[in-house]
Amino acid sequence: MGTVRRHIYIDAPADVVWGIVGAPDRLHEWFPIDSCEVVGSKRWINLPSGLRFEEDIITLDHDLRRFQYAIVNNMIVTHHLATVDVIADGADRCIVIYATDIEPEPMGLVIIGAAGSGLKKLQSMFSPVNGVS
Amino acid sequence: MGRKILFITTDQQRFDALGCNGGLIARTPNIDALAAHGINYNRAHPQNVVCMPSRSTMITGQHVSTHGVWMNGVPLPVDAPSVASTLHDAGYKTALIGKAHFEPFLDPFLRFAENQLAASGTHSLIEDGYLHRGFDHMESAAHGGMGTFHYAQWLMKNHPEAVPMYYRVLDMELQVSALGGTNTGAPQAHINNIPREWYHTDWVADRAIAWLESLDPDADWFCWVSFPDPHHPWDPPASELHRVNWRDVDLPVGFPVDRAQREAILDAKPAQWRKWYDGDFVSNYEAPRRWVPNTLTEDQVREINALTHIENELIDEAVGRLMKHVESRGWGADTDVLFSTDHGEFQGDFGLLFKGPYHVDSLMRVPLIWRPAPSAGVDPATVTAPVGHVSLAATFCEIAGLPQPAYVEAPRLPMNDEDARSLGHERVLTEWDSVLFGKIVGLRTICRDGWVATACLPGSLHNGTEGELYNLANDPLQQINLWDDSAYRSTRDDLLTDMWDSLPTPDAVRRECDAPV
Repeated sequence: MGTVRRHIYIDAPADVVWGIVGAPDRLHEWFPIDSCEVVGSKRWINLPSGLRFEEDIITLDHDLRRFQYAIVNNMIVTHHLATVDVIADGADRCIVIYATDIEPEPMGLVIIGAAGSGLKKLQSMFSPVNGVS
Repeated sequence: MGRKILFITTDQQRFDALGCNGGLIARTPNIDALAAHGINYNRAHPQNVVCMPSRSTMITGQHVSTHGVWMNGVPLPVDAPSVASTLHDAGYKTALIGKAHFEPFLDPFLRFAENQLAASGTHSLIEDGYLHRGFDHMESAAHGGMGTFHYAQWLMKNHPEAVPMYYRVLDMELQVSALGGTNTGAPQAHINNIPREWYHTDWVADRAIAWLESLDPDADWFCWVSFPDPHHPWDPPASELHRVNWRDVDLPVGFPVDRAQREAILDAKPAQWRKWYDGDFVSNYEAPRRWVPNTLTEDQVREINALTHIENELIDEAVGRLMKHVESRGWGADTDVLFSTDHGEFQGDFGLLFKGPYHVDSLMRVPLIWRPAPSAGVDPATVTAPVGHVSLAATFCEIAGLPQPAYVEAPRLPMNDEDARSLGHERVLTEWDSVLFGKIVGLRTICRDGWVATACLPGSLHNGTEGELYNLANDPLQQINLWDDSAYRSTRDDLLTDMWDSLPTPDAVRRECDAPV
């Protein structure tokens, strides 16, 4: 089992950051994908390479600020659970943690590399220059 | 009009692959001629023994601790120094044709420029006002017909039936495949029915020639021609298999035939050696996870060596075509040619294949040849002083008549041993770091005065007291580890002191690994 994790601090209130992270249909705004579609508890994401992943939305807890999803019906990925937590660090700052357990193991490094880019993009969206709030 | 630079690299090629370095099987007359008319480095080491860190050293002129690409899968930052940028800024036309690998291959999110270029059908990219890596033209290829490379796109478009003829490098679990496709069952050996003219070696040469042909006759240029072979998979075109019959190939001298002797040699080395051999510890992604080295047979070693020799002959013939084209453009007298590889390959030494955290000549001693432009009037020489790829960037700048860039960490390559002394080429350093899902291995190595000393860093198998010490003159195969021999304690300590004093200090925060490879 490949288990990987990345995190980033963001200078914005947890609720504001959760407004994006906790919206499954806004993934393309911060994660390096082309687009996504959400229908009920299903999400499909389209990668720039042309790959398309089907996902089950497992948890969307607005109180805990936790989002969990799993890639399903995939020829390569046989097990997957991703967890994104937004945790307040005071009133105006939060930490976003992205963790994934996945089989096959090497896929974990690919996913977490993309997640790392996504987290940096998320942070930049809340920088004073870009000013999302 | 200045001197032009043809930089030719291969991938995973041993020092003894070439006739000029004592190789007896592969016929390499074109590369041998470069050595005969140029400077052949007898003791050249890469600064890391896997692709991305090693190639990052070539382009930056920096040790791994400085450029920060500490293992495969860690991308070289887009704003890292690049000697191609320096040459481009000085007016050189610049190209990299073949395998780049400064950024991860496995990239379904297309996060990296190398992969975006082929996907978008373009050959250069400007980021924040800068040309990506300083190349006017990038045309990529890797070890087969799959992936986001220009070669794969070309093959799919023009000869789609040939794509599945290549060995499939990764299995369905994205692990490096352990399967073999020949009678011996050797891992990553395969019968490839692709016509030779469609094979990546010839494609790389074709595309390099096409780029050179596009240049103005008065242009100054830097062309990095990067052949993906003889890196596994070992699947040269089937039409070429007649060149070397594996049944006629002798076992390499580094392959101890007697199993007990082989295992005794491994047992005298730090733990990562024997544990990998027995399949108990796979520290890195560069070897098949499901392949256990102690299952390697003599016939498999023979076959892999034969296939490698064939691939090396094809590379040599491609080099011959490149040289002929340079001559035909009237550039022969003013073109410097440098030839090397990113790292070596076990090819059966110690009963092992592939590569990993093993700092011995099989992986560390690489071919390095500099054939200066004949117009420069440099005498041919053999250099015995230790040198490294870290000197390449400064050498390119020297050829171009540019000052040594502030970002490089080593002087240019020497033209003879006296020049080596005056430039301070006393030692060469090699680093290894790998973290694969909790398995941590780190090595630091110095080669100096005919000795190789490797310190194992604390990690999953080592507590920081283990290491290797070899006398290259007495033990050229590095089978006798003197690390714990009290008679050589002062030699060992002196080498290690020099190594720690000479290694650059890495950044406090290690760069993230973004892909397996």
